[in-house]
Amino acid sequence: MSAAAASELGVVDEAQPLLAVDRLRVVIARSQAAVVDEASFTLDQGEVLGLVGESGSGKTTLALALLGHTRRGLEIGGGQVLFRGLDALSAGPELRGSQIAYVAQDPAAALNPTLRVGTLLREVLRADGRFQGAAVDERIAELLEEVRLVGVAGVLDALPHQLSGGQQQRVMLALAFARRPGLIVLDEPTTGLDVTTQRHVLDTVRTLCGQYHVGAVYVSHDLAVVAELADRVGVMYAGRLVELGPTGRVFRTPAHPYTRGLLRAIPSPTRAHVLAGLEGQPPRPGARPHGCSFTPRCEFALAECRAGEPAPAPVAGDAHWARCLRADTIVGLRPLAELPERERQPEDDGEPPLLEVNSLRAAYGERQVLTDVGFAVRPHRCLAIVGESGAGKTTLARCIAGLHSNWEGTIAMDGRPLSADRRGRGRELTRRMQYIFQNPYTSLNPRKTAEQLVEQPLRELMSLSRAERSERVSDALAEAALSDDYRGRYPDELSGGERQRVAIARALVLEPELLICDEVTSALDVSVQAAIVELLHRLQRTRGVTLLLITHNLALVRSLADDVLILRDGRIVEHGPDVLDQPKSEYATQLLANVPSLTPA
Amino acid sequence: MSGRRQGLAVLVAAARTQRGAVGLVIVAAVVLLAVAGPLVVPHPPTESVTGTFAEPSSAFPLGGDNIGRDVLSRVLAGGWLLLVMAAAATAIGVGGGVILGIAAAYRGRLTDGLLMRAVDVLLAFPQLVFALLLVSVLGSHGWLIVLAVGISHAPQVARVVRATALEICERDFVRSVELMGTPARRVMTGEVLPNVTSVVTVELGLRFTWSILIIASLSFLGLGIQPPEANWGLMINENRIGLVSNPWAVVVPTALIAIITIGLNTFTDAIARASLGVERPAEEAALAAGTPLELAS
Amino acid sequence: MSTGTAVAERGLIRLQRLGRTHPVLRLVAVRILLGVLTLWLVSIVIFAATQALPGNAANAVLGQSATPELLRAVERQLHLDEPLSQQYLSWIGGVLHGDFGTSLANGEPVSEFIGPRILNSAVLVLVAGVIGTLISGALGVLAAARRDGWFDHLSSVVALAITAVPEFVVAIALVILFAVVVLHWLPAVSAVPPGSQPWDDLNALILPVATLAIVIAPYFFRMVRGALIEVLEADYVETAELQGLSRRRVLLFHALPNAVPPMIQVIGLNLLYLAGGIVVVEYVFNYPGLGAALVEAVTNRDVPVIQFIVLVLTAFYVVVNITTDVIALLFSPRRRGTR
Repeated sequence: MSAAAASELGVVDEAQPLLAVDRLRVVIARSQAAVVDEASFTLDQGEVLGLVGESGSGKTTLALALLGHTRRGLEIGGGQVLFRGLDALSAGPELRGSQIAYVAQDPAAALNPTLRVGTLLREVLRADGRFQGAAVDERIAELLEEVRLVGVAGVLDALPHQLSGGQQQRVMLALAFARRPGLIVLDEPTTGLDVTTQRHVLDTVRTLCGQYHVGAVYVSHDLAVVAELADRVGVMYAGRLVELGPTGRVFRTPAHPYTRGLLRAIPSPTRAHVLAGLEGQPPRPGARPHGCSFTPRCEFALAECRAGEPAPAPVAGDAHWARCLRADTIVGLRPLAELPERERQPEDDGEPPLLEVNSLRAAYGERQVLTDVGFAVRPHRCLAIVGESGAGKTTLARCIAGLHSNWEGTIAMDGRPLSADRRGRGRELTRRMQYIFQNPYTSLNPRKTAEQLVEQPLRELMSLSRAERSERVSDALAEAALSDDYRGRYPDELSGGERQRVAIARALVLEPELLICDEVTSALDVSVQAAIVELLHRLQRTRGVTLLLITHNLALVRSLADDVLILRDGRIVEHGPDVLDQPKSEYATQLLANVPSLTPA
Repeated sequence: MSGRRQGLAVLVAAARTQRGAVGLVIVAAVVLLAVAGPLVVPHPPTESVTGTFAEPSSAFPLGGDNIGRDVLSRVLAGGWLLLVMAAAATAIGVGGGVILGIAAAYRGRLTDGLLMRAVDVLLAFPQLVFALLLVSVLGSHGWLIVLAVGISHAPQVARVVRATALEICERDFVRSVELMGTPARRVMTGEVLPNVTSVVTVELGLRFTWSILIIASLSFLGLGIQPPEANWGLMINENRIGLVSNPWAVVVPTALIAIITIGLNTFTDAIARASLGVERPAEEAALAAGTPLELAS
Repeated sequence: MSTGTAVAERGLIRLQRLGRTHPVLRLVAVRILLGVLTLWLVSIVIFAATQALPGNAANAVLGQSATPELLRAVERQLHLDEPLSQQYLSWIGGVLHGDFGTSLANGEPVSEFIGPRILNSAVLVLVAGVIGTLISGALGVLAAARRDGWFDHLSSVVALAITAVPEFVVAIALVILFAVVVLHWLPAVSAVPPGSQPWDDLNALILPVATLAIVIAPYFFRMVRGALIEVLEADYVETAELQGLSRRRVLLFHALPNAVPPMIQVIGLNLLYLAGGIVVVEYVFNYPGLGAALVEAVTNRDVPVIQFIVLVLTAFYVVVNITTDVIALLFSPRRRGTR
């Protein structure tokens, strides 16, 4: 019977779970290689299930498949998705919007740029036969209230690009909840949003789900966010669900080595501990090895692990299971306790500041971005510059590096003022200060080998013999934990983490004193971030490199930074070594409170 | 598949596809005919040796043309000059266009504004009309035709190259090289240029096709390579009146021009797809994983 | 400060304010000004190519029969002895006043016999443009909607083949097929007798129109298909599908409107191809339009006629370009300001 007919007759089996997924498989049409395989779970009404995984895990593909939708080149290869007992894979188009809704990751791209918000809302409601005339406007008013967009003047007449990221996402939520569906699938809806905005969106989701008893599947790579929101969590690796259970339990006592690895790689906003990353990368679809896909990276691997994919093994009852032959052993380990605390840097070593900024005012064209910024960077320490988007932290970094020249004030290194135009700075200065970019996919010339890339600064700024250069390149690569094999590789043969390490090696080859790191881990997966973070930490402690860390990730700050500087709207709000523990301003306090935590209170 | 020897690798990859192989074979065949043709003509191509529009016979397999010259000989001899001129015009056009496009993209502001103004002005002229304009007063000299066609290619190439170069200039690796103090010219040749090769390769193919079309059209109008030299474009026009008597004089050169341009176009299309394919593995993986390569900031 | 400058200043300030409050108007005005500038520069190029190069027009006109006295006489007649800037100004001044010079071939003022030619070409371009654009546009939409289907593959291959073939080949092929060798339905020559209108003998129009339409169809087809495919792959189209809206609604209401701006700009390009295409097509079919006149003029070294026709063709393109740019601007709310 069709979904519409069923709901009309009121045939809803209360005993059934809202959503029952059984061995769902999604494949690449051409090669039949599995992108998602053997995915099975259930979801009850009003429950929130988190789906976590890194890039390549298949989580978005799985999320879309719940609506019976696959992206171009992919097709459903097997399995079943039952929504209230109905086959969602075949009835997909009927259920979409009315019974199952989807909230996309990037609201700016997901909203039609030529249609106004009001038009979009009306369209979705009119598609449902039940809404006519005044009822439409009533529902729209209700929705705006629920997603807290009522206060925004003229929102219904606005075009998407006229709204902020947070507002756009709330419009997406309104569209999703418009017809009061029974299930909502959210795909990383807060990626790219500020901590504060993210907090608002999460609260809205939680409230609405609770109010309307809506089941939700929340896909994310951010475990802390999922920890706050989800009742249960499923961990995905290489297309499979490798662990599933109540959120608190899974994150406190994981039963799968991958989950454990992830948890050890994530910095905590409350405790500065050493991070442990995962070596290697997940296998691509079609290249997944026989047996457990995680074996090559697993420290607990046994010979049997290669024999076949382990079946879900229950750990402490049915509610929590993991696909691991050693699940029982692993669940008994405490992943974080063993990670040692970071040593604090001695407070005052009396050395003069390496870099001093005074009364800095910077602008982009007519727009003032930084106002009256002044601070000192102490040598051999890590200063984190934190702020939300638009705060001006990247602009500040660029002014210091010489990438942005529209500023006034003084920036001085060792007492000598730097010119705004980098061309006026001279070789020596350039050599001492190096910059690492955020995006490792665009900061390396795709047509050059790692060797050529790392050697380039040497050729430009120093006169060395070929042999000397080659030696320096090897040293720099080794410093960045890359073996000599990497010399001849091109960027598109490297993973994101490896690329970022080449970028770091390139920065290190000149033996700089100051390293400016602009959101250098934001583009990387969690398990890879840890290695980079540890690398930077080592450079600072053992080589004495001064780090200027630009980031919006407060947990990262906790892990790496000795001193913290908070920027807001181009002005300094707080600065000092104890900002995280003893924030003095309300803004900083709020900011810290809004950070999602793996272990919510 | 990686960035190594991008240009060559793409060509090879294109040649391996079905379309690419077909296109390449066709082009090679016609080029061979055009280049070797003049060496194997059975009769002198500029002498009248048979009757006007004579029907094909064993001695003259394609019959006679409008003044009784052997059509087969003229066909064999009439291609090489066209191809050589087209190649030269393409080289000028693409070379100039690449330089203009990269300079406009990298230097931006004033240089970009000026160059794009110049491009707009030249683009207003249909290519054939531009060639006619230059030829009108100075005469139909080979070098002038090559120059005229080449110049008219440059703005189109510049536009395409500029678009790609703009995107490249936005990328951080260009910034990082600038931070090293590298002078502008070296940034353009060392960083930007190697990354536009795939676009340039496609443009080479497209422009070569266009060059052949325009030069042949000019000859067809009687304003290109002058008689009595054998010349496919001219032959088509000369022998139009005799279409009913001896269609071969028109059909064969027509077919040859059509064949080589279709072959070229097909191969160029294969190149375009192949260069997309070099970047595709990353895209496909992301697609398959369902995760956009987008990055949070 | 005199009242004149004061008034001018006030007017300027008012204009600036208008520009700030109506950004669209400002963009349109800028676009038009740029177009005028381009046109002026184009006229300089035309002038330079015909009168400023060595081997002047007088030589070209007289050809073999050039003796020093005759040369000087013709030069004086053509004003070639005056300084270049003077020559340019008198030419362009004349054009702006409706005096397009005198043909060297038949001694008549260009303005007298060029009118009907312009009309003939205009009819050809318009009809071929409309037919070609509509058909190829529809095919492009279909190919994009059923991407990777048999229709898509077939039409792409055919489009590829057609773009490769020169216009005269298409023209001759059509002549061979429909007029002379295979079938004999249509006339091989489309002469429009002087004094009559091009639409008097529709039969004669068919082949030239068909040739032109075929020549431009594949470009527009490709671009429409490309633009629509790009839009269909956009996130917001996926979102609309996932909201349960019907495929038809998604295509017509969400996808197409976003594909229109790039399509409009391609129409401009199309018309440029047409302007170039009429040269060969009119020549083949003996159609009395601007294109055929240009070929004749170049053959006869009839400089004033050449100058005028090329000016008309380029002006046509510039005007069309401005129009399509402005329309595209009005259609895309976000792109206003990004070019």
